[in-house]
Parts: sequence; structure tokens; C-alpha cells
Amino acid sequence: MTKLKSVASRVWNDTFLFTVIAIFTGFLVGAVILLATGINPLTAYRVLFEGVFGSAKYRMYTLQYATPIIFTGLSVTFAFKTGLFNIGAEGQYIIGSLVAMMCGVSLNLPAGIHGLVCVLAGGLAGAIWGVIAGLLKAYRGISEVIVTIMLNWTAFYLSNLIVMSGSFKKPSSSASYDIAETAKIYTEAFKTRYGNVKIHWGMLLAIAAVFIIWLILNKTTLGYSLRAVGFNRSAAEYGGINVPRSIAASMGISGLLAGLGGACQVCGVLVRITQLGNQEGFGFDGISVSMIGGTNPIGALFAGLFYGGMKYGGSKLNTLNAPSELINVVIGTIIYSIAISGAFRALIRFLKAKKEGKPL
Amino acid sequence: MMFSSTDIALLISSTLVYAAPLIIAGLGSIMSETSGVVNIGIEGQMTIGAFACAAAATMFHNPWIGIICALISGALFGLMHALACITFKADQTISGIAINLLAPGLSVYLCKAMFDGSTQSKPIDLQFKLPKLFSGVFPGTPQISLALENYVSVYFCFILALAIWFLLFKTRFGLRMRSVGEHPRAAATLGVRVYLTRYICVTLSGMLAALGGAIIPLSTVSFFFPAIIAGQGFIAIAAVIFGKFKPGQTVFACLLFGFCKSLALTLGNPKYGIVVSAHLLSMIPYIITLAVLLFVGRSHAPKASGRIYDPTKA
Repeated sequence: MTKLKSVASRVWNDTFLFTVIAIFTGFLVGAVILLATGINPLTAYRVLFEGVFGSAKYRMYTLQYATPIIFTGLSVTFAFKTGLFNIGAEGQYIIGSLVAMMCGVSLNLPAGIHGLVCVLAGGLAGAIWGVIAGLLKAYRGISEVIVTIMLNWTAFYLSNLIVMSGSFKKPSSSASYDIAETAKIYTEAFKTRYGNVKIHWGMLLAIAAVFIIWLILNKTTLGYSLRAVGFNRSAAEYGGINVPRSIAASMGISGLLAGLGGACQVCGVLVRITQLGNQEGFGFDGISVSMIGGTNPIGALFAGLFYGGMKYGGSKLNTLNAPSELINVVIGTIIYSIAISGAFRALIRFLKAKKEGKPL
Repeated sequence: MMFSSTDIALLISSTLVYAAPLIIAGLGSIMSETSGVVNIGIEGQMTIGAFACAAAATMFHNPWIGIICALISGALFGLMHALACITFKADQTISGIAINLLAPGLSVYLCKAMFDGSTQSKPIDLQFKLPKLFSGVFPGTPQISLALENYVSVYFCFILALAIWFLLFKTRFGLRMRSVGEHPRAAATLGVRVYLTRYICVTLSGMLAALGGAIIPLSTVSFFFPAIIAGQGFIAIAAVIFGKFKPGQTVFACLLFGFCKSLALTLGNPKYGIVVSAHLLSMIPYIITLAVLLFVGRSHAPKASGRIYDPTKA
């Protein structure tokens, strides 16, 4: 009982409470902006929440929206836990979706195996994209933030290059061919029940990934050594850990997760890739998800569902003539609040210590 | 395939036009980095600048009011970044990411609210765009006119680069900026006000980024739309790293990136019978930056850049 209580108080004191406050602040700022543009915030938020929870179909759509950003959120979280800032989830996601599409269009395999091959190939491609940044960081000391920003745009144009090339471009369209029937990973079983929502195996894979990553980070030697490198590079090296290899491995696993997200989205929902006009932002959403989830794998699952709901529900705001971009403002405010929450935590610790008469 | 002299003149002209916003925003990044604060929010600050400028310029039929509004919006988002990074000691990258969500989100939100739900602002009339310099100065040589009769922003950005170089390396404030960015504690013991210096630099950084965004609707396109910046903020940051955090070298990096973009668009013209894909050309700036980082060696950021300065901690 005391153990439970101490766990509860730890969660409450730290991340959880501040995340709740940050989310509340986000909605408050959103309400001010709604008011300023002559829209009743209560009506807008009711439309938003009914749009998410109103029916089983809406909840399933939320799940569909959440799946890719749970993957990218997990990707950013994993890197973060090992001391790396993976802004490159965006590029790894694009490469994952690109390779999955290429396998889906050009390979000829039996149903079941084909989809699996596409998803794994996409994940692997994402991992390679991540390892590039890891190697540059490990052996040349170049910031992974800079390298992954460059790789994001390289991936973006590479995707457009291949999608619009002769072998993959569907004539008189600005998209690739559809992937083969055998490569699709969504099940028709739920089709009549939930309208056009595509329930796909990637959703289960996302949930499984959350627990596998949690296990790796907290219960394995690999996770321990990766976290040790993130915590103190010199100490880890002194302790006999191969630091460069750890950094490359971290970025590889992080890239794998983002790549899987892209691959599942192509095989489970999109079935083709359209020429991109601008970054779609799944990787950047992943950073938000990771921050809202307190850079914890389990947190990323719930934050991903929250953000997925906001993205899906946000599209319903248009019925009120309230721009759906409100969601970006709300999420941006949440991230900003979380970013500055460290100062408030320090303040609370200070006040508490003062109250208890402890020396600072 | 052959380029005529007219083609080359047009290529030079569009290189200058595409490089100008990158140069101005890149100088903004230099301001912030030199004082020791990483500003990833440049992308978002450019977007809000482009929106504020386009909206105000169409409303008041005056490009200069547009620019003033852009500067104000950039100052606000610069100040917001400064508040998080300096006073609240937040992670600088995370604060920058928040700004990259907030500023474009707010831009498109306000655009829809102001322009009947459209994600595009109304176009700015031709006579209310930026004036062009050197018109009719080279009457005998149409090619030179094509290349150099250009928007005032194109020439302004070079003057600005010179001014910032002067500020950084020839003035007292510049010395303070650099000392605060290299070793804030040492600077503080010598009586430099670290927080104030950084606040000024980060706010100016936001203003310059917004100015870089603002000149886009006043020159190349005539209106605001959500993808108006589309990564140019990140290219500006890349150019600064490529240019080793120095104004002069950054200008050259921006010109190179601008040249790649204008070459990509020129070769996209069917009359050349496309030899190289435009997507491939667009990739070049990023690959060059990676190659430079890999082979030419590290680009050293100011030592304290990205680190939180807390005077109460040893």
C-alpha cells in the first residue's frame, strides 16, 4: 500500500501533474483565440470532443489517426531516453513509407507474407536512415539535430523523385501505383461496422512496440547501456560500453520505429504515395507526442491517442467555420508549457524546501 | 541543350531573389546562435512574418506597413523563445519546436478567420509590392538589366549582412554577444549582462526571420499560403552551419542554395527537354551540407550555444 502510494505521489508530483496543467493551458489559450475571432469556445470544444468520442466509428478513426504518430512518438522517445534528439523521425517515416510502397508495388508474394515483407522492409529502411545520423554523431561528432534536419529534406525529395519516376508513377496522376492487394494489411472484417475506417494490423504492432520498447529500455542490458551513454558518455565509456556503437544502435532503433510507422500507414491506410507538396509532419507530431507523453514509452501511447483524437476531431471544427489549425495552436501551447515547466518545478521544490526549513 | 545569355541572366536574377529571404533569416539565426541560444523556431517565425506582412499589405495597400507588422510579429515570437530559453531555462530545441507549431498554426488560423475561410490571403496588387532597383540603368544591355533590375530586398540583404558583420566584429555590443555565447560565466564576471544581451539577440533573431518571411509575399509570390515557407527556415539554419556561423560565408551558402533552387526550377522548363529531375536538384543543398559536415570538418557553433545558463549553479 505504501509502495503504491509512493508510486502514485511520484507520478503526481512530476510529469503527470504538469502535463495536465500544460494541456489545460493549451485549451485555455485556444479558447482565448476562439473568443478573439468571435467563436464560442464551449461550442467549439463540444464539437471537438463529440467528434472524437461521439460514436464507435469516430473512436476507430481516432485510432487510425493515432497509429502513425504513436510510432513516431515512440521513435523520438527512445532516442531521447538515450540522450539523442531525433528530429529526423519525419525523414525516417518518409523513407519507411517509400520503401514499403516500392515493395508493395513491385514484389509478387502471397497474401499475408507480402504485407509483412513490406512493413519490415520499410522499418529496416527507416533504421538505415536513422543509423546514418547515428554514425555521423558517433564518429564525427556532428549534432544529430542538424544531420536529421538535412536527412528529412533529402528523404522528402527522394520520395517525390521515386514516386514521380517512370517505374512507380501511375500515368496521369501525381501519385504512385496502388500497392498489390496482397500487400494490404487492413482487414475487411470491420468494414460494415465502422464505415470506411481501415482497421489494420499496424495498430496492434504499435501497441506491441510500446511494450517492447519499454521492456528494452528498462529491463535489458542493451537498454541499460544505451541509457548510460545518454546519461554520461564518459562514464559509460569508462564502464566498458562501446559508445559509438551505442549511439548508432539508438538512432537505428529510433529510425526503425519511425520507418515502421510510415510502412504501416502505406500498407494499412493510404495504399499509395502521393507527391508531397510539404512535409506531412508525422515526425514532428512524434516530437509533440513524445513531449506530452513525458518521454516515456507508455506515455507516448496515451499521448499518441490524445494527439490522434485532436487531429481527427479538429477536422470537425470546420463545420463551425472555426479553422482546424486551432489544434496546432493548442498543441504548440502545450509543448511550450511543458518546455517551461522545469522552471515551475524548481519553484515548487524551492517553496517546499523553504516550508520544511531544509537547507537549499 | 544550351543556355542562352538571357537564360543565364534570368538564372542570376532568380538566384538572388530566392537567396534573399534565406540570407535575412540566416542572419537572424547567426544573431541568436552567437549569443548562445539555438533558434530552431526560425521556420515558424518566417511563416508568421510572411502572413503578417501579406495580411497587412493587402489591408493597407502598403508594403512598408506589411514589413512593420512582420517585424512586430517576429519580435513577439522571438521574445517568446527568449522567455522560455533564458528566463525559464527550457530546452532550446523544444521551445523552437513549439514555436514551429504555434506560429504557422496561428498564421493559417488567422488567415482563415480574415479571408473568409480561405487558406490563402488576398493577392497584393503589383504596385504595392517591393520596388525594383536599377530599372533603366542599363538600357543597352537587356541581359544585365534582366539580371540586376531586382527587388530592393535583394540588395538590402547584402547591406544587412555587412551591417551584422560590423556589429559582431567591430562593436562593443558584438564583442559582448560573442563573449556571452562562448563563455557566459566569464562574461558575467566582467560585468556583461548575460540575460539582457541574450534577450536582445533572440528577439532580433525573431524579427530578422520574420523579415525574411515577409519579403516572400512582397517579391516572388503575391499572397500568403500555408506552404509559403516550406522548409526555408531550416535551409537558412543549414546555410548558417555551412557558413560556420559567420555572416559572409553564410551569404555564400545562401546564394548556393538559392542557385540550386532556381536551377531546379529552370530545368523544370520543358524547353530544355529535362535532363536532370527537379526533385534531384532540390535535394542537392542538403546533401552538400551533409558532405561539408562530413569531409570538410565540423562547423563549430559558439561554445555555449544550446546550453542553459544558470548563474546560481556552478
